[in-house]
Amino acid sequence: MTKMLTGLLGWVDARFPLTKMWEEHLSKYYAPKNFNFWYFFGSLALLVLVIQIVSGIFLTMNYKPDATLAFASVEYIMRDVDMGWLIRYIHSTGASAFFVVVYLHMFRALMYGSYKGPRELIWIFGMTIYLVLMAEAFMGYLLPWGQMSYWGAQVIVNLFAAIPGIGEALSIWIRGDYVISDATLNRFFALHVIALPLVLVGLVVAHVIALHEVGSNNPDGVEIKKKKDENGIPLDGIPFHPYYTVKDIVGVVVFLMLFAVVMFFVPEMGGYFLEHANFIPADPLKTPVHIAPVWYFTPFYTVLRAVPDPFLGVVAMGLAVVILFFLPWIDRNPIKSWRYRSFLHRLNLILFAIAFVILGYLGVKPVAPALAELGLRMTEVYFLFFFVLWFHSKARSAKYNVIWFAILVGLITIYDVVRFDTLGGDQQAFMWMWVFPAGYMFLMNLLPVFTKLNNEKPVPERVTS
Amino acid sequence: MKKLIAVIFALMIPGAAFAAGPAVPLDKAHVDVTNEAALQRGAKLFTNYCLSCHEAGFARYNRVGRDLGLTEEQVQQYLINTTDADGAPTKVGELMKVAMTKAYGSEAFGAAAPDLTLVARVRGTDWVYTYLRSFYKDDKRPFGVNNTVFPNVGMPHVLWELQGRQELVVRTEVDAKGHEHEVTELKLVEPGTMTPAEYNQAVLDLVTFLAYLGEPAQTERKVIGIWVLIFLFVLFVFAYFLKKEYWKDVH
Repeated sequence: MTKMLTGLLGWVDARFPLTKMWEEHLSKYYAPKNFNFWYFFGSLALLVLVIQIVSGIFLTMNYKPDATLAFASVEYIMRDVDMGWLIRYIHSTGASAFFVVVYLHMFRALMYGSYKGPRELIWIFGMTIYLVLMAEAFMGYLLPWGQMSYWGAQVIVNLFAAIPGIGEALSIWIRGDYVISDATLNRFFALHVIALPLVLVGLVVAHVIALHEVGSNNPDGVEIKKKKDENGIPLDGIPFHPYYTVKDIVGVVVFLMLFAVVMFFVPEMGGYFLEHANFIPADPLKTPVHIAPVWYFTPFYTVLRAVPDPFLGVVAMGLAVVILFFLPWIDRNPIKSWRYRSFLHRLNLILFAIAFVILGYLGVKPVAPALAELGLRMTEVYFLFFFVLWFHSKARSAKYNVIWFAILVGLITIYDVVRFDTLGGDQQAFMWMWVFPAGYMFLMNLLPVFTKLNNEKPVPERVTS
Repeated sequence: MKKLIAVIFALMIPGAAFAAGPAVPLDKAHVDVTNEAALQRGAKLFTNYCLSCHEAGFARYNRVGRDLGLTEEQVQQYLINTTDADGAPTKVGELMKVAMTKAYGSEAFGAAAPDLTLVARVRGTDWVYTYLRSFYKDDKRPFGVNNTVFPNVGMPHVLWELQGRQELVVRTEVDAKGHEHEVTELKLVEPGTMTPAEYNQAVLDLVTFLAYLGEPAQTERKVIGIWVLIFLFVLFVFAYFLKKEYWKDVH
């Protein structure tokens, strides 16, 4: 039997690089031995992609991409299709889980400097995946044809209309109509089930190939390929299979437990994964009082709302995403992992994460004066983060620190003076929130002058533990 | 088109939008969708009172019967009050539709009666529970009633025979800090065929049925969920020790 199988494998190997690929990507792909908790999210993202594709195929068998039938067909899936509710909840929970996993995966890259050379292309591919994923999620959200599907799409597509000159024509071209309609639903369906998934899978392959070419980074940010034994195997590397396959299985099981808890017990997740208003069929004549995008878009939605001018708001929102592509060239500090960067760098990343979460929280809330002001302040912190990241690329002189602090806090203050009279009195009462960006800049730009908090630590030769 | 864009941006601009929420605090509906008797009573109320203007157009009679422990004959006898185009009673496999058209609804009530299949998921059970108990006499309205939860609602108080008639009493109260508040209360001025406690229970039954109707699979989903979690937990134990065994030699 074994002999027969070996023979078969030899027959295949002579015609297709099966063993070669297995070795290159699994059994002889040497990964650093010190991966921690944060390294589960890459394989989990791949798992969620598969979950979404498989559950999506089954949904497609029963869903009708037609404005008069779509909403009812989703309820048909929920009620009349055997286990249809399960397929639907797998897909809806999977959509949110995808973003949870991807956001944690991206923050891992920030913590350990995984985007830095020679891994810039991995980061670029990854960012492109994130961008396509946003488009994929956005178009998928239209398909249930509920009120939030409809009006959410209306708002987002109208963002393109804010572009001067071509905006109007562009938004009509995207919709295929003057408003979101059956034509839009049909094309979004096509893009959601075929075009974008194909692009996504292609990009994931490129992401993994690029990763396996240069090798994985690790929590110490040390290149394991620099120290090899006599056989050319990295001293701190272990074969991905079986070590990380068995380890990832543990991560997968824990992830699936959390996934199952949401899917079986709180599939709406309090209205964040499935919005309550989306159980009302789309009605082009009835604008909901409060249109909130799904939670994974809300940080950028808050950035959009923080800028009074529609076009500049769209620009700011676009910039908030696009700037991430340039991280490898913004953060030029040679030390990769935050373990050996300064205390202030670690604080910087944590404050950025907090600002991002607050931006997300604000995006699901209806606008109120205090929240609008906070949205602007967190937007300021969001963008200042990238300046600080660049600024901390190397040790700077005290003078340089003070000058940049004065310039940036000055600009923020000037903007506050200019906009003060345009605000309602209730929002003027929250001008004290100026301390958020100013305090942030104080921590990042002035503390290095007075304290040793910006001092870095020596990076070890080999990975620790 | 320009106007539409303006409206949409107005919605996003700080201060222009406002929160949608009921003006009155909602009463808690202690719904238990596994209570079969309550579901059956609720279904009866629903088909007798609601399902003449409102439809439950995504739900089927026989599915409801199956989930509520009723035979097809019982469904036909107790729940189906409608007929098909030929005048024969609606079949048990049909969707729970009504004859009233949207156009007629708009003309008669000012707005088409919304489909109620998913109302519990849209509004929440507390909302529906409070709403159905908050009608009061208001001679300025076309049907002589208004509602504190849904002001100026187009719907008449269909359950008035059961509840009786309520009046809105507004009085001024002074709180501990010396601020004056307007407090509104609903007072029963003309009793119905049910006592207030019986009426509350009847509405709760109805809301329980609507909660079920919003997602018929919810009970099954939780049962399956527990088995899935037990399976995953066992799998976790194996996965954990498998990983430990393999990683023994990694230092």
